[in-house]
Amino acid sequence: MKYIDEFRDGQLAKNLARSIAAEVRAGRSYSFMEFCGGHTHAISRYGLTDLLPPSVRMVHGPGCPVCVLPIGRVDMAIDLALKQGVILCTYGDTLRVPASDGLSLMKAKARGGDIRMVYSTIDALQIARDNPQREVVFFAIGFETTTPPTAVAIQQSEAEGLTNFSVLCCHVLTPSAISNILESPEVRQWGTVPLDGFIGPAHVSTVIGSRPYEFFAEEYRKPVVIAGFEPLDVMQAILMLVRQVNEGRAEVENEFSRAVSRDGNLKAQDRVAEVFELRREFEWRGLSVVPYSALRIRQKYASYDAERRFAIDYVSVPDNKACECGAILRGVKRPQDCKIFGTVCTPENPIGSCMVSSEGACAAHYRFGRYKDMH
Amino acid sequence: MVEVKRGYVRPLDLKHGCVDLTHGSGGRSMVQLISELFARHLGNEYLGQGNDGAVLPAPTINGRPGRLVMSTDCHVVSPLFFPGGDIGCLSVHGTVNDVAVMGATPLYLSAGFILEEGFPLADLARIVESMAGAAREAGVPVVTGDTKVVERGKGDGVFITTTGVGVLADGLELGGSRARPGDVILVSGSLGDHGVAIMSQRENLSFDAPIESDTAALNGLVAAMLASGADLRCLRDPTRGGLAATLNEIAGQSGVGMMLYEERIPVKPVVAAACEFLGLDPLYVANEGKLIAICSALDAELLLNAMRAHPLGRDACFIGDVVADDHHFVQLTTSFGGKRIVDWLAGDQLPRIC
Repeated sequence: MKYIDEFRDGQLAKNLARSIAAEVRAGRSYSFMEFCGGHTHAISRYGLTDLLPPSVRMVHGPGCPVCVLPIGRVDMAIDLALKQGVILCTYGDTLRVPASDGLSLMKAKARGGDIRMVYSTIDALQIARDNPQREVVFFAIGFETTTPPTAVAIQQSEAEGLTNFSVLCCHVLTPSAISNILESPEVRQWGTVPLDGFIGPAHVSTVIGSRPYEFFAEEYRKPVVIAGFEPLDVMQAILMLVRQVNEGRAEVENEFSRAVSRDGNLKAQDRVAEVFELRREFEWRGLSVVPYSALRIRQKYASYDAERRFAIDYVSVPDNKACECGAILRGVKRPQDCKIFGTVCTPENPIGSCMVSSEGACAAHYRFGRYKDMH
Repeated sequence: MVEVKRGYVRPLDLKHGCVDLTHGSGGRSMVQLISELFARHLGNEYLGQGNDGAVLPAPTINGRPGRLVMSTDCHVVSPLFFPGGDIGCLSVHGTVNDVAVMGATPLYLSAGFILEEGFPLADLARIVESMAGAAREAGVPVVTGDTKVVERGKGDGVFITTTGVGVLADGLELGGSRARPGDVILVSGSLGDHGVAIMSQRENLSFDAPIESDTAALNGLVAAMLASGADLRCLRDPTRGGLAATLNEIAGQSGVGMMLYEERIPVKPVVAAACEFLGLDPLYVANEGKLIAICSALDAELLLNAMRAHPLGRDACFIGDVVADDHHFVQLTTSFGGKRIVDWLAGDQLPRIC
């Protein structure tokens, strides 16, 4: 397949693996966090850890949109569907995220909620046009990749004079999450999470560019290599990170230059700035309350803001006590370190959000790698 | 079958008419629907008996009495018409294949229709014609049936349940518990065509090269495979849940593991591209005209040659080995040389967000 096979060439991968093995220094270990769930998925899906020398350890980061969604936000969406009777539209994976009372959007659908999976905000708008007598709410989640399409949907809705469309905005910001991890005591003071560098986001960076990461490289002395989501991208990025560490450099390098520029997509950034503003704080699953880490809809577009329109408030709901998703999202623990991993918490019955999406560290390990724990 | 006398009853309006509740109420409309639509297309000597059940001759195979194999399958596909087929032919193929992969010769089918009030008769006629064509082609007649009508909003157009009966030669034992370490895993052709054809319709996607469902009756292919004399352990058609679900089932039943080789697994480029686009993994996508064969490694070539000589097995190939594994994992050696599990699907495949 054109433009896909080129980035999945097994022989090239083996060559890269040989270079990585040749360049790692004896007696040194390398811990790299892949921020994005897309990278986590590629690593598990292609069995990349089998190609890496034992001294290179990949730590899964919090960049999985559904994994960082706290229970209380899903509760709001379920409430809209079940109590307010709206048509609730959202992206695929979101349907399975566990919420309060053993519910999820999928289970709320079975209880009569009109909940529909869409591939894009365009589909959600079309549903609003087709159902003028119904309220249609788009449950908007995700990092900067999915934010511009939400902004466009709101503006499009205004331009068309659609009065039955609104957005439950749960968009979050990548740089805030990275700062939060770098500022965490495990990384900063105790050193219990060794972190020698980051594989920087792929799709997020097409929007925000590579510039925002320069701060992390400078301030925290951590190398960042922005990489695409194809498995060869990940291998190449690991090699580049190993080289930076060996040479004592801490720079932002761009492996994904076929799609990412230093400034990113300015048009998309403008649209986002027109429609959204920073939230003072936002609760993340795993990272708890992070200041200025998420977006809300500006006053100008208040009528498209489902939180205002339906006067619903966020109520924080604690995670299951045994669930280690928080520690796993910060890189402090691995999925197999969690007591309920694979026993109580499985992809069929996820307790924590990391078990939901195949981008989540737990689901990826369960689906693709758990045989390694047993042999 | 009761014939309604022409001249006194208006014929069914197959152009503009719709199914209504009277078509299921046991009155004249029902008889008319059965005779003008079902019996007309599906008719054969057994269906023509017009009794509450069909009286069938005792089955024999190779001139000797054999064992009966029976299988049933409900069909609820949406959309009802898709590139390469429709719910009508699908409901024949699905059940014929379930009987055939037991190693049996499918003989008869029954068909139960649940129709939703308001469903266009023209569409129903297309479905029944397609069903009749598929049954003729497979050589397996529909010998008995039933129709019910549910109120508007309580069905999804048409649901069809078919049951198949076949005859299995004495001494022939195929089954999911017979795979042994050292056996090989073969597949009759490319994977994922059916599921992707359906999903691209649902999502309103069109591709330059249209993706057609692979829906087909496999009884001819199975007969050719049996005739080859290869030491077959198990046949199965990887429908819902795709290759991954089928192999996990067999691994569990046989108490073995499996190792697949990603590079050997045939997926058409256009299907792979659509899966990429829709966020799906072709290993989990449904097929309706493919089968998985597990056989002794010694007979792999013999069986592959027999499969490739049949039009529905032209692209048959080797995709993996049965291995010893107490955990019964199905694993995959990726094109990168890494390994991973090919797990059961958890719920439906849902596209990732990033």
